[in-house]
Amino acid sequence: MLLNDEVQLLRQVPYFSRIDPCKLKLLAFTSARVCYHPGETIFRCGDASDSAYVIIQGTVELSVTSPSGENVVGTATSNSIIGEMCLLGDAPRLAHARAVTDVEALRIGKDCFLKVMADNPRMGIEVSRALAETLRDQAARVEKRPVGLLEPAH
Amino acid sequence: MEPNLLRYIWNHTRKQQIWILTIVLLSMIPYFAAFDLPKQIINGPIQGEGFETPDATALFMAFDFRLPLLGWTISFEGIELDRLSMLMALSGVFLLLVVINGLFKFYINTYKGRLGERLLRRIRYELVDRVLRFPPSALKQTHGAEVSTMVKDEVEPFGGFTGDAFVQPALLGGQAAAALFFIFLQNFWLGMIAAVMVAIQVGIIPKMRRRLIDLGRQRQITARHLAGKVGEIVDGIETIHAFDTSNYERADIAHRLGQIYKIRFDLYQWKFLVKFVNNFLSQLTPFLFYSIGGYFALRGSLDVGQLVAVINAYKDLPGPLKELIDWDQARQDVQVKYEQLLEQFDPGQLIDATLHEPDAIMPAHPDGPLSAHNVTIIDGSGVKIVENATLRIDGGETVAIIDNAGSGAEGIAKAFGRLVWPVSGRITLGDADILELPESVSGRRISYVSPDSYFFHGTLKDNLLYGLKHAPTSTVSYNGREAVTRRWEINEAKLAGNTDLDLHADWIDRRSTSVLRGFDDDLKQSIMRALDAVQLTEDVMELALHSFLDPEENPLLAERVVAMRHALRRTLEEEGLAHIVAHFDPSAYNSEATVGENLFFAATRSAGNGDADITESPEVFDVLDSTQLSDMLYGMGLTIADNLVEIFAGLPPDHPFYQQLERITAEDIIFYQQFLQRLQARTEKGVSEEEKRAIIRLSLHYIEPRYRLGVLTPDVMETIVSARDRFYENLPAAIRGRVERYDPHRYMAAATLRENVLFGKLSYRVADAPAKIRPVAARIMDQQGLYESFIALGMSFDVGSGGRRLTLAQRHKLALARALVRRSDFYILNRPLPGLDRRAQEEIVASTLRFLHEQNTNASVVWVLSNTSLSRLFHRVIVFDRGQIAEDGTFEALDKESGIFKSLVA
Repeated sequence: MLLNDEVQLLRQVPYFSRIDPCKLKLLAFTSARVCYHPGETIFRCGDASDSAYVIIQGTVELSVTSPSGENVVGTATSNSIIGEMCLLGDAPRLAHARAVTDVEALRIGKDCFLKVMADNPRMGIEVSRALAETLRDQAARVEKRPVGLLEPAH
Repeated sequence: MEPNLLRYIWNHTRKQQIWILTIVLLSMIPYFAAFDLPKQIINGPIQGEGFETPDATALFMAFDFRLPLLGWTISFEGIELDRLSMLMALSGVFLLLVVINGLFKFYINTYKGRLGERLLRRIRYELVDRVLRFPPSALKQTHGAEVSTMVKDEVEPFGGFTGDAFVQPALLGGQAAAALFFIFLQNFWLGMIAAVMVAIQVGIIPKMRRRLIDLGRQRQITARHLAGKVGEIVDGIETIHAFDTSNYERADIAHRLGQIYKIRFDLYQWKFLVKFVNNFLSQLTPFLFYSIGGYFALRGSLDVGQLVAVINAYKDLPGPLKELIDWDQARQDVQVKYEQLLEQFDPGQLIDATLHEPDAIMPAHPDGPLSAHNVTIIDGSGVKIVENATLRIDGGETVAIIDNAGSGAEGIAKAFGRLVWPVSGRITLGDADILELPESVSGRRISYVSPDSYFFHGTLKDNLLYGLKHAPTSTVSYNGREAVTRRWEINEAKLAGNTDLDLHADWIDRRSTSVLRGFDDDLKQSIMRALDAVQLTEDVMELALHSFLDPEENPLLAERVVAMRHALRRTLEEEGLAHIVAHFDPSAYNSEATVGENLFFAATRSAGNGDADITESPEVFDVLDSTQLSDMLYGMGLTIADNLVEIFAGLPPDHPFYQQLERITAEDIIFYQQFLQRLQARTEKGVSEEEKRAIIRLSLHYIEPRYRLGVLTPDVMETIVSARDRFYENLPAAIRGRVERYDPHRYMAAATLRENVLFGKLSYRVADAPAKIRPVAARIMDQQGLYESFIALGMSFDVGSGGRRLTLAQRHKLALARALVRRSDFYILNRPLPGLDRRAQEEIVASTLRFLHEQNTNASVVWVLSNTSLSRLFHRVIVFDRGQIAEDGTFEALDKESGIFKSLVA
C-alpha cells in the first residue's frame, strides 16, 4: 500500500477526516508502517505511551488485567485508531493490545501527533470532539450499567 | 640527585671522559702531521728541494727521536727513494693520514654522541623514576603536561653537552694557552697586551651573558607553562565548549605566546649585543698590535719581524678563546636548566626505592587485619577530614562506610589505598605499617578502586589485566640475532642506570587471579566473571559487534561468523521470523536497502573521520552516466522530489519532521521546489548537471517501505539488479578498492561484525525488529560456540586516551572489574560507581560481594557507599560524622538504635 492510499485511509478515521490531505500526507509520511502476526503484542498495559496506531488491516483485541483475570474490553478493526488518548496525557498504557489476525498498522509517533495537532487547530477541535463523544458514550453507559465500569463483565 | 650537572656528568661518565680525552689527544698527532705534510710535498718532490740532480734520492720516513728524560733513542734509517717515488710515497702518506684523521673524528663523534645519549637516558629514567616515587601530596601539585615536556624536551641539551663537558675545555684551553704562550715567546710586552685583552674578554663576556641565562630560565619556565596549558586545554576541551570559553583560552594562549616572544626577542638583542662586544674585543687586540707595535717598530725599539710573528701567532688565539667562552656559556645554561628541573623533581620526600623492588612472587607476609590506629588525615587546604580514627577490618568481613557530614569515609578509604598519607597515626596490615611495606605486598594484598581510576591507552583487555602486571613472571628465551639484541639491550640499560626488566616477558601474574582453581582458564574465567559481576558483558558484546574483524588475520573466526550467518538465517526461517531481515541476495533487489546500496551492493568503509560518503562522489555519477542508469534514476527522482515538496513545503526549517529525512534539509526542499517550478515553466533550456545530480541523489537514497511513494516498480528493481556487475566494473579503481561486494559465503572486512552476522537489513515494517532478532542471534551465537570469541573481540577494543572512548559509566564499571580480576585480601572500593542509577548500583554491589566471597571467603570488602540504603548488604556498617567514627556495628544493630545511621537510611 502506498502513501497516497494511507492518506485515503487516514481520512476515514474520524479524527483526521477534516484535515487538509496535504497535512495527512505529512502525517502518514512521518509514521511507520508496521505489521504484526496473530497473537503478537502491540503494546502492554503499563508501557510508556510513545505512539498511536491507526489500523489499516486486521483486528486488534484490547484487554485489561484485573484481579479476576484478563478481560477483553474491546476490539479495533481497520480505520480505527488505538492508543491515542495516552498521547495527550503522559499516562502509561491502560490496556493490552494484541493482534488477533495479521495486522497492518500505521504507527504515529507521539511527537508527530502532537506537532501535527499543534499546526492544525482544526485537528485539535476534532480531537476534543472525539474525546467529548467518548466521554458522553461512557457516561451514557455508566447511567445504564453503573457496575459495569467498576467491575467489567466476565 | 646531584645538584651540579658537571659533577653529575663526571660521576656517571668519569672513565669514559678520561678515555675520550686520551683518544682526542692521540688524534692530535696525525692531525698535526697532516698539517706539515703538504709543505713537505711541495717543497720536496714538486719544487725539487733536495732533488737537485735527476738521480738524487732522499730518505723516506727517516727520523731520530730522543726521549727527553730516559735518554732512549728511537730512530729509523729510512728508505731511499727517487723524486717520483718520493712524491708518490708522500702522497700516499697524505692519503693515509686523511683516512686516519677521518676515522678518529668518526670514532670521537660517535663516542661523544653515545656518551650523551646514555646520560640523557639516565637522567630521563631517573626523573620518571622519581615521579613514580613521589609522595601523594606532591602529585597534587604536579602538572602532567609540564612534567612530560621537562622529561622530554628540557633535558635534551644535557645530552649534547655531556660529550663536550670535559673534552672541550681541556682541548680549547690547551690551544688557547699554547697560542698565548707562543705570543709571549715572540715578545713579552705584546704578549702581556694579548693576555690582558683575553682577561677582559673572559671576565666581561660571561658577566654580560648572565642576563642571557636569566632570560633563558624565564623562557624555559614560560614554555613549560605553555606546554602545561596546552595539555589542560586538551584535557578540559569538553568544559571549554560547554561554557563557551574557547576565546578566553585563545586569549590566554596568545598572552603566553606574547610573553615567550618578548623573552625571545630580548634574548636575541642581548645575544647579538654580546656577540658584537666579543668580536670587538677580539679585534681590538690586533688593533693594539698594529698601532702600538707599529709605533714601537717605527721608533725602532721593536723588530719588524717579531711584530709580524706576533700578529701571525695571534691568529690562533681568538678561535679557541671564543669557543671556550661559548662552552662556558653552554655550561652555565645547562646548569641553570638542570637546577630548574631538579626543583620540580624534588618533593622533599620520596617513597623509598626499596619498596618498589620488583618481585614476581608476593613476598611472604604474615596475614592480619587491616587497621587504622588513631589516624588523622588532612586535605590539600589543611582541613582535617579524618580525625583520630581507629578501626580494624578483619579477614572475610564486608564493611560499608558511609558519611553523614564531611568526607571521612573517602579519606580513610584513600588512606587504606595509600593515596593519602596520614599526618598522624598509622595504618597497618598485620603488624606492619603499610607505608613501610614493599608495594609488592601492599599493592597486591589491597586493591583500591575509585571513580578517578585511570585507564591507559590500549585495549580493554590490557586495561583489565593491568592490575596483574607486577613483575615479569617468565623469562623469554631469545635465539640467534634476538639473543644478541637482548644482550645489547640489557647491557645498555645497565650502563645508563635503567632497569633491565623485559617488557616482552609475560607480566601477567596468573597465580593471583580472583578465580583460582588451578585450571588453565582461571584468567579467562576471572575476566568473564568480573565483567558479569559489574554488568559490563553486554557493553563488551556491543563493542565486539561494532568492531571490524580482519579475516586475513583471523581466518578461522571469520569462517565461523559466516557459518553463524547461515545458521541464523536458517533458524529465522524455521521459526517463522524470516520476514524481519531482508538478506542480501546477489540476484535479488533488497527492498529494505536504498537504491544506492542496491546498486553498489557492497560494504563501504569510510577511510577516516569527516570522509565524504563515497557513494556520493562525482565518480559515481559518471559511472551512472556510462551505465545508462542516470535517466531512469532521474525520472524516479523527479517523482520523489514532487512528493517531498508537496509534503514538506511550508514547514519551518527547524521543524522536527525534517529529522525523518536523514539527508535532506529545509534548504534542499526549497531547492527542489524551485527546480520543479522552473521545470514546469520551461523558462530554461536545460537542466544543469548539478541539478540533475541532486535529483538522482534523491533516488539513490530511496527506500520503498520507508517512503512508500510507489516509484520502485519491478522493472526498476530488475534493471538495478542486472546493472550491479556493470556498475562495479565501471567504478574507478580508487573507489573499487574501498568497497567490498556482498557475498553470502564470504566475510566482509569492510563491514562490522554485526553486519556480517546479519548480512541484511532489518525490515522497516516489523515493529521492534531489533528486539525480536536479538534473543535468536544470542542463542545461535551460543550454539555455535562463538560467545567467547566475540567477547575476546570486544576486549580488543581500543579505549582511547584515558579511556575516553568509553562512557563514564563504562569506565567506572571497568575500574571495578579491573580490581575484581585480581586476587586480594582487601578490596577498598571508594564510591566506585557514582553515576549509576540505584537499581544497577544495588545489583552490582550484590553481585560483586557474591563474586568475591565465592572466590575467596577470606577476602574483606570495604565499600564507601554513596547510596546508604545499600548498607544492608554488608556485615558491618561504619558511619563517619565530621571526620570521626560516629557509629560502628551490624546493619541490624544500627538500624535499631536511633542514631545518625537510622536518620541517614530512613
